[in-house]
Amino acid sequence: MIAPSTAQAHQIGWIDAYRLRWKRRRLLWRSFRSRHHLTALADRTAQIEPGDILAVTTLRNEATRLPWYLSHYRRLGINRFLIVDNGSDDGSVEMLRDQPDVSLWQTHHSYRDARFGLDWMTWLQMRYGHGHWTLMVDADELLIYAHYHARDLHELTGWLGSRGQTAFGAHMLDLYPKGRLSSVDYDPETDPTQAIFWFDKGPYRVRRQQPMGNLWVQGGVRERMFFADDPDRSPTLNKIPLVRWSRRYAYVNSCHSALPGHLNHEYDGPLGQAPSGVLLHTKFLPEVVGKSAIEKKRAQHFHDPDKFAAYYDGISADPDLWVPTSTRYSNWQDLERLGLMCSAGW
Amino acid sequence: MSAVGVVMLVHTALERAEQVARHWTASGCPVVIHVDRNVPKIINDAFVRSCASDPLITFSQRHRCEWGGWGIVAASQSASEQLLENYPDVRHVYLASGSCLPLRPVRELIDYLDARPHTDFIESAATADVPWTVGGLDHERFTLRFPFSWKRQRKLFDAYVRLQRRLRVRRRIPEGLVPHMGSQWWCLTRQTLSAILQDPRRKTYDRYFRRVWIPDESYYQTLARLYSANIESRSLTLSKFDYQGKPHVFYDDHLQLLRRSDCFVARKIWPRADRLYQAFMTDEAHAMKRAEPNPGKIDRVFGKAVERRTRGRPGLCMQSRFPRKGHENGLTAQPYSVFQGFSDLFEDFERWLNKTTGARVHGHLFGPDRVAFAGGDTMINGVLTDSAGLRDYDPAAFLTNLIWNTRGERQCFQFGPADNQKINDMLARDSNARISIITGAWAVPLFRSNRSFGDLRKEAAHLQRIESKQIDFLRTEKTKARLQIWSMAEFVESPMEPIQALIDEIGPASARHLSEAPTMVDLTGFGQFLQNLKNQGMHPYLMGDFPVEKQPPAQSKPARKPYLVR
Repeated sequence: MIAPSTAQAHQIGWIDAYRLRWKRRRLLWRSFRSRHHLTALADRTAQIEPGDILAVTTLRNEATRLPWYLSHYRRLGINRFLIVDNGSDDGSVEMLRDQPDVSLWQTHHSYRDARFGLDWMTWLQMRYGHGHWTLMVDADELLIYAHYHARDLHELTGWLGSRGQTAFGAHMLDLYPKGRLSSVDYDPETDPTQAIFWFDKGPYRVRRQQPMGNLWVQGGVRERMFFADDPDRSPTLNKIPLVRWSRRYAYVNSCHSALPGHLNHEYDGPLGQAPSGVLLHTKFLPEVVGKSAIEKKRAQHFHDPDKFAAYYDGISADPDLWVPTSTRYSNWQDLERLGLMCSAGW
Repeated sequence: MSAVGVVMLVHTALERAEQVARHWTASGCPVVIHVDRNVPKIINDAFVRSCASDPLITFSQRHRCEWGGWGIVAASQSASEQLLENYPDVRHVYLASGSCLPLRPVRELIDYLDARPHTDFIESAATADVPWTVGGLDHERFTLRFPFSWKRQRKLFDAYVRLQRRLRVRRRIPEGLVPHMGSQWWCLTRQTLSAILQDPRRKTYDRYFRRVWIPDESYYQTLARLYSANIESRSLTLSKFDYQGKPHVFYDDHLQLLRRSDCFVARKIWPRADRLYQAFMTDEAHAMKRAEPNPGKIDRVFGKAVERRTRGRPGLCMQSRFPRKGHENGLTAQPYSVFQGFSDLFEDFERWLNKTTGARVHGHLFGPDRVAFAGGDTMINGVLTDSAGLRDYDPAAFLTNLIWNTRGERQCFQFGPADNQKINDMLARDSNARISIITGAWAVPLFRSNRSFGDLRKEAAHLQRIESKQIDFLRTEKTKARLQIWSMAEFVESPMEPIQALIDEIGPASARHLSEAPTMVDLTGFGQFLQNLKNQGMHPYLMGDFPVEKQPPAQSKPARKPYLVR
């Protein structure tokens, strides 16, 4: 036919396809069951209107990042936040409860057993996100894309929608300071990219994984520092945070991959480049040094937390991640030039 | 009352449409609005009521409009008829959409058209001569039938096209018509437009175009050729299309770009682009400078965008660019050179090459222990580290990254049979690779080493096996790399000529001749060394024939200027 289709043909056998279908159903069922874990602290979901863009987040003790998280995404045109708090004790709950556009749930169940919060978030998306564009991000991830200062997410999703695209991918980019991690001062009300603004412009590896057909992007600073001997375990950096949700969709592994599989293909180019953004990852704000020791003890991250002990220890040692070939972040145009995001002619 | 009337087709963002319509009428242009029948009655009624206060705005009979279908033409026909009938003063009819935005004061458009009372502005090009169409249907738009909706019945649409192709069904184009195509946004004179609408054969034409694919881009464009005395084949409306044939949308941040365009009207404008509407919906006081419309000024920007979308950036693998194997459109970002055997045969070859060409010359990038970056660096551009583990995890990605991150600087590196051979597949497929191999040169370090002969023999056998496999692999027809292979004997015979050629290839355009030749290692006794290997049952053949007795050619004293390269 006529216009080249956005989704590349990806052939998998019918047996795999059938298996994936059941996998998706299983995930949806898990998520549906997990609704009992959540206690509503502030339910403002009745105010959700058609066409609203929703942000879905699970967090724990993110009081330092929340002010900027909220203001960044409000500026991008997020209408409603659906947030699950996993037992914060640093005032995050109190702060979120009073926000007029935040609906807040709380749970003290295991983050890991809930597939790292996915079950909870999938339930919320299933319940409230059907037919909406939903953005799944962590509190330490700031989504940016081409022209994001001038055009908000309504414009982006309107454009994506007009070309029949239902998902928008983003590359997770770790920002870090120059000098030891703890050497930086950060005021929660300010833009974290003013405090930590160095990143690795490479190397990033891409491969495609079957049968789901999702991308697998790895590389960057965390691999360089903590996983050089074991690249297989280095963090996955590709995400599909922005999706026009349907209650039949399910994320599989954080928002790195999703089912049905066409979502994983939505954003890859014909032979050229599809639009994509960057998630600025502000993990390496000074507090990460102390937090790592706690997270190591909680063992709530990663499938096999013991294997990542060295990673936590590495961060706890308060290292300097900066090297002379690090790049300084200043704007999205640079990131596009470096090939970390793509405006795809928008 | 002005001599310019506007036909406006709207289907969404009605409040913006009203705003624009009132902008037209404020300058005295009557506007006939066609509202898509797909718009619910309740919304349409509210829209009609809110425009009722303006006597110059009227509404035409509604048709169901679908992209690629006849409805849009029918809509413009009935609206144009109504306009021509109700406003006898109108001389030019401008077809616009609800998401069109006048970029220049309406007064200027009126003056411009007043000065050209008999000119029809309609982009109209013969189908055979333009590559505009997206996806392969150009002439077939006119010779096949398209009863199915492309948007809603895509499978049927495609199947029916295939069926007609297989059956070789051809429609007859009505006599006298020569298919033309162009932008659907035109500005026609009363004369031409009424001739089209009142044509005695209009029924025939309409019946024909009803089944043509995207008739709104061909109906008026073809018929205007029959009647117009003076066609200026361009659209007064600025519109840009992406690779899917969808119009580019203009947002607030396009303001400066649109200011430069000098077109009268632009589409399509994002309805929430408040700043654009504010900036352009002004009166004469804020008018911009007068100039001949010239959409070409911003062509470049959008041309680039389309190219980026369809071709991507060669040599970049990323989140949103991960081509399938074989469809990469360039595996790496720029040319690079691979040297095999040179650093074995010449003393300090890397330093010499760097000095001669200015390129960045690495050692064995794929060496077993670490990545030997130029100058012994442990990390280079793009935070590539010298960790062999990370490199070997995905050697192809390592090389792609290296070339991408050092764009603008020529990269050279050494390679050899002792290195990671997994990269060969990529080197062979990459048309940017310039591979030069001196086969058998790996024996030279062995020859000069001080190891026990038993080890040497084993090592030599091992390396020879690898290199011979590698050469066989590279010599297949599928290799896209530029490949040059010499046997060592052949190369030693006359080294300067190939070296000069290699350097010319790397170097910039300016002619460069060798002022200093690389020093070849002393090969005295090498022939005997090979013979010893043979005597041990290990026959080295890759280096060619080195006679035992004959002294290797004395270190060839290079002529000052082997030859002049201009």
